[in-house]
Amino acid sequence: MAEPARVALLVTCLVDLFRPSVGFAAVALLEAAGCTVEVPRAQTCCGQPAYNSGDRGDAKAIARQVIAAFAGYDYVVAPSGSCAGMVRVHYPELFADEPAMLGEAQALAARTWELVSFLVDVRGMSRVAARWEKSATYHDACSGLRELGIRAQPRLLLASVAGLRLCELPGAEVCCGFGGTFCVKYPEISDKMVTDKAVEIAATGTDAVLAGDLGCLLNIAGKLTRLGRPVEARHIAEVLAGMADEVPAIGAPARAS
Amino acid sequence: MSTAREDILAGIRRGLRRGPLLAEPAARLAEGVAAHRRNLIPARAAALDERARIDLFVAMAEEVQTTVARVASDDKVPAEVARYLAAENLPAELVMAPDPGLDAIPWDTRPLLAVRRGRAEPDDAVSVTPCLAGIAETGTLLLVSGRDTPTTLNFLPDTHIVVLRAGQVVASYEDGWDLVRARASSTPEAWPRTVNLITGPSRTGDIEQRIQLGAHGPRRLHIVLVDDPEAAANGPPPG
Amino acid sequence: MEPTSHSFPENVRAGLADPILQRALGLARTGFPLRRRQAIERLPEFETLREEGRAIKDHTLAHLDFYLELYEKNVTASGGQVHWARNAAEARAAVLEICRSVGARIVTKGKSMVAEEIALNDHLEANGITPIETDLGEYIIQLRHEPPSHIIAPAIHLMKEQVADAFRAAHTELDPDRALEEPRALCEEARAILRPHFLAADVGITGANFLIAETGSSIIVTNEGNGDLTQTLPRVHIVVTSLEKIVPTLEDATTLLRLLARSATGQEFSSYTTLSTGPRRPGDLDGPDEYHVVLLDNGRTDLIGGEFQDMLRCLRCAACLNHCPVYVAVGGHAYGWVYPGPMGAVLTPALVGLGEAGHLPNASTFCGRCEAVCPVKIPLPKMMRHWREREFKEALSPPVYRAGLRLWAWLARRPELYHRMVEIKARLLGWLGKTHGRFRSLPLASGWTLVRDMPAPEGRSFHSLWAERRGPNGADGRPR
Repeated sequence: MAEPARVALLVTCLVDLFRPSVGFAAVALLEAAGCTVEVPRAQTCCGQPAYNSGDRGDAKAIARQVIAAFAGYDYVVAPSGSCAGMVRVHYPELFADEPAMLGEAQALAARTWELVSFLVDVRGMSRVAARWEKSATYHDACSGLRELGIRAQPRLLLASVAGLRLCELPGAEVCCGFGGTFCVKYPEISDKMVTDKAVEIAATGTDAVLAGDLGCLLNIAGKLTRLGRPVEARHIAEVLAGMADEVPAIGAPARAS
Repeated sequence: MSTAREDILAGIRRGLRRGPLLAEPAARLAEGVAAHRRNLIPARAAALDERARIDLFVAMAEEVQTTVARVASDDKVPAEVARYLAAENLPAELVMAPDPGLDAIPWDTRPLLAVRRGRAEPDDAVSVTPCLAGIAETGTLLLVSGRDTPTTLNFLPDTHIVVLRAGQVVASYEDGWDLVRARASSTPEAWPRTVNLITGPSRTGDIEQRIQLGAHGPRRLHIVLVDDPEAAANGPPPG
Repeated sequence: MEPTSHSFPENVRAGLADPILQRALGLARTGFPLRRRQAIERLPEFETLREEGRAIKDHTLAHLDFYLELYEKNVTASGGQVHWARNAAEARAAVLEICRSVGARIVTKGKSMVAEEIALNDHLEANGITPIETDLGEYIIQLRHEPPSHIIAPAIHLMKEQVADAFRAAHTELDPDRALEEPRALCEEARAILRPHFLAADVGITGANFLIAETGSSIIVTNEGNGDLTQTLPRVHIVVTSLEKIVPTLEDATTLLRLLARSATGQEFSSYTTLSTGPRRPGDLDGPDEYHVVLLDNGRTDLIGGEFQDMLRCLRCAACLNHCPVYVAVGGHAYGWVYPGPMGAVLTPALVGLGEAGHLPNASTFCGRCEAVCPVKIPLPKMMRHWREREFKEALSPPVYRAGLRLWAWLARRPELYHRMVEIKARLLGWLGKTHGRFRSLPLASGWTLVRDMPAPEGRSFHSLWAERRGPNGADGRPR
């Protein structure tokens, strides 16, 4: 196991509002990997909605806040490929025209990781102690896949979950249609994309669908329940931390039947 | 009042934030063009010896529905052409490129084969042409236009037969360009009007993405590969 | 053609509701990516070639004036003529004048997106000249009086029954009872119908995939052979093309050709890749007497030196279209002009204006698949984002979005206030959604809940729970 490390958790705005369990699962995994975890309070969002809407001014303002809040830690870890990607890949782009901030943005970017790739690529984790007697399929969220190269790491850790049968999803790497503001600006196209995704997932016959990004999962879960397909949607962190039996699936009622 | 040419060049220079290139950088670019350095060439064909190169050429050509017949020497070519036409139920008539290399082939050993020399006319069903090279990398034929090699022979008839000699098979397109350059003199007028790189018969996938051969160009492309020691060992093809 | 990109949302609705289009797109959705992947797996050097291809294009753009002048010099030296056109009107005028100078009545055309861009066919027809598309896909859509929906497979939106209907309606001299169920029969008929036109044409017009400065050549990359018949049989060959197609040498073109067919159709090489240089030579038995190149700008030079310059690397392979989940959901006509898909989303606003085409760069999830498959590594999502930035600066996006976004951003910069509001929202929605775990409808979120449920929040915010369990800033402390 690697040396002890001081990690700041980038909660992400969706985890904060919709599913704190994911945040606590992330903390548990990070602590199991020998890290001490702190949660800087002065964080709200990574700024992606502003950035992707063309509002560079607000995106920069939010980014400055993030850079300040997360200064001084060994690592910054987010249970989200798109949020980690925003900091790692896009913060340096945001400040390309501001030499003063650029150095700080690059320094933060270099220390920022998506959760699963942090556990595997930085902490050298290759297995988890969890048990979950289900079959599951995995959706590759776009930013994590294409901006951060996350593909093998989640499959590696999921393979070590006792009792879990993993089945590859046809079209795993095709976008689910969430895309932040896209799903409300172009709802018909988004619906077509998430319907195709939900149908593919249901066709695998697995009990569950997992992913590393809550935006994708809210989108997919919402479509699965609307279509009446009984596939439970969970964030990969919940399963890896052995918490999947403690919390209802995304979009499921509070008391599991 | 400026011309379109002047405006466009000025617009480019505005974007590049400079005026016309000075003499020295322009000369360097010109040298670069004259040197026409090769970029990366895939190892697939480049790493092969002559025999393996020919085998690769044949394999790649057959992959795209080109048919290849190997014969030992020039005097076996007319028999192969006659055999092929009979096997495809085609009349024994063809139009041939007025090329000295093809003229050297003893066509009169097949007196029933009606051979006309010249460019293709709309009613020609079969053509026979030489080529400048075979590119092993993708089973591609390189043909150039010229007084002896009219381009219509490559496209108007339904069936196109190409005589390719084993020594003409090269590894890469770049090797092919060097042959074209060597053939042409240094002035652009000597560059051929047309260079065709042909990889298989004509095809389309425009209807429901199902591939159909013979869209507008030849529906059959047949190569007679000459001076192949392997063919000499195996004897002539059956039929 | 007149753009209808401003009607993108309506176009999308029509496309999604069209069962024939959806069936046709279904064929493309898996076919193209599979074939591309198979081709690339056979070429270990593919990634290196992408990098070389990018470098070749960038180098050329950085010296575009030099290479265009060299190209023109070599075209002229081989007996051809270059006509520079600042815009569509000048390009149309140049083509018309050449056609008139030889008394052309019939013109055959190989596929050319630039010709679509300048609306050449309508202009020729309006001036008494008959243009006949010879690429099978282009011929079909010409009969149906509709624009192409894909830059290399123009009729990809059609099933064979619609092609058969178009042929029956147009080829009235043929036996009405003939069988046209199979693509084979349709191809044979097109071949037979078009052959006399190839032979009768006075002028042949093609596009160009590449222009080569070293030799003054144009290259067309085709499979059917129609482009070659178009440029060999008539007395005059006109190449209608744009200035970013230029590359320095044959070797540079070869690198790009290795990328092109694999990226476009998954072929190793197209059936016909043809270089044309000037008119027929003395002693040639065939070939055109005249060779003209109409070289179009139409807004491309404005992109040089700016944040959209990388778009000029585009090879028009359509890999981005084929891999785009939005394109394969709605089809090419939804984009409303000549260039659909991700490359169209970046290029169209540059050529027809952001006011007309603003929807296109917005209709993307930035999934990044386009950039991942682009043979010359164009950062398409980044440039779509640049268009969104321009829109934001020029306040072109709908006011309600701008206001909502700015309010949210204002809150996001005030963490304590933000945390309080998130906690309130989490508790409220968590409580309301407790029974079912989700909302079938939610005020202010109807765009979402119209078609999918909204999962209910767990009921507390992470930050408030963390503060309870671990103290402020996660100071060491056991869960209480």
